Amino acid sequence: MTDARDARRPAGELEASVMAALWAAGAPQTPGQVQLGLGGGLARTTVTTILTRLHDKGVVDRRRQGRGYAYFPVQDAQGLTARRMHTELDRDDDRETVLARFVAQLSPGDERILRDLLEPGDQ
Amino acid sequence: MTALLLLPLLLPCALPPLARRANDRLPPVAALWAVTACAVVLAGCSLAALGLCLLTGLLELPLFAALGELIHPLRTGSDLLVLPAAAVSVGALALCAWTLARSVLRQARAFRTARTEAGRGPAAGDLCVVESVRPDAYALPGRPHRIVVTTAMLRCLDGPEREALFAHERAHNQGGHHYFLAAAELAAHCHPALRPVRDCIRLAAERAADEAAADRVGDRRLTARAIARAALAAQAEPSGRPAFAAAATAGPVPQRVRALLTGAPAPGRAGRPVAALLLVCAVVSSGASATALADVHHRVEVAQGDQRP
Repeated sequence: MTDARDARRPAGELEASVMAALWAAGAPQTPGQVQLGLGGGLARTTVTTILTRLHDKGVVDRRRQGRGYAYFPVQDAQGLTARRMHTELDRDDDRETVLARFVAQLSPGDERILRDLLEPGDQ
Repeated sequence: MTALLLLPLLLPCALPPLARRANDRLPPVAALWAVTACAVVLAGCSLAALGLCLLTGLLELPLFAALGELIHPLRTGSDLLVLPAAAVSVGALALCAWTLARSVLRQARAFRTARTEAGRGPAAGDLCVVESVRPDAYALPGRPHRIVVTTAMLRCLDGPEREALFAHERAHNQGGHHYFLAAAELAAHCHPALRPVRDCIRLAAERAADEAAADRVGDRRLTARAIARAALAAQAEPSGRPAFAAAATAGPVPQRVRALLTGAPAPGRAGRPVAALLLVCAVVSSGASATALADVHHRVEVAQGDQRP
């Protein structure tokens, strides 16, 4: 079921998900660990293929670990560009006008409401 | 005449409550379109009304009357009203022009920065990761579209929650939501009553992206959890931004989370009255402006001797 859905996803989206999992981990990851970090939606062979592709593009690096490789993200020139852009946009007082941010600032009351809303089930 | 010009100037005051109601009653995408379109029409009409006030005032002055080739004095309601109204209009229009120009320049600069930077170099799909201790994520429209996420944001969410976040940001880019935000920003500079409407439009854009993300990952609860967790994590990290005063009502984030948790919006007739009211506002405002324009045009022609009164 999930495989069927993931098979239909564009390659770019899968690459983004795998890259995000590597960044989130904060340490070199084997394809198996990446697969776990993704929440189990992808086959391990798919994860390996994507990691190899990202390595070919030069956005991740890898080192030998056991019989396979462990992968980690590269903060290269492109990463530096992204950081510069981020700082520049951050400086602009009203960057919210053009950029739709994922979450807005919470007021003190909001925080309590949010925790209450999340209460049943998890957290 | 005066009433016709007052109408486009006063109608924007009715829009904030209507916009809030539209956000509650209409499906998010419909609310986004309806409120944005109405705000743009009302903003344009209020500018037109100010322009007409200014024009009639100017033609009262001998210098401009000569320039306009008026051979009779322009017939207006009362000189006591026309000249002060024109003076106020000059001030209001100058202020509008100044803030509009500044806003357009700033937004154009931000778009340009985003476009040039996002187009560079290879990336992992459309994802741009920025190393930062502050959880933050936003959609970056451009060619190609990008989504920018900080490492802190990636680390505070688990795998499926990250998917919900990406689906949300991609929905912003695919829906062209930045055009709506830009229109809301410009409208807010045209009339002070349209400022709160800007926040309604922002909320509608976020809600539309939330619904698209929930649809994409197939789990409303998961999407709600991702938003709530990201907001709480961002809160925990002291940011350099000034904290806003506590609002009386729940802020946008709890509203979004609650809407996702309470189930899919029922496509029903609940939104029809508010949609009709928005339409009436836009029609009345543009009708009044058009009539006032035709009226001024007629009186100028009479004063020029082209037409009999």
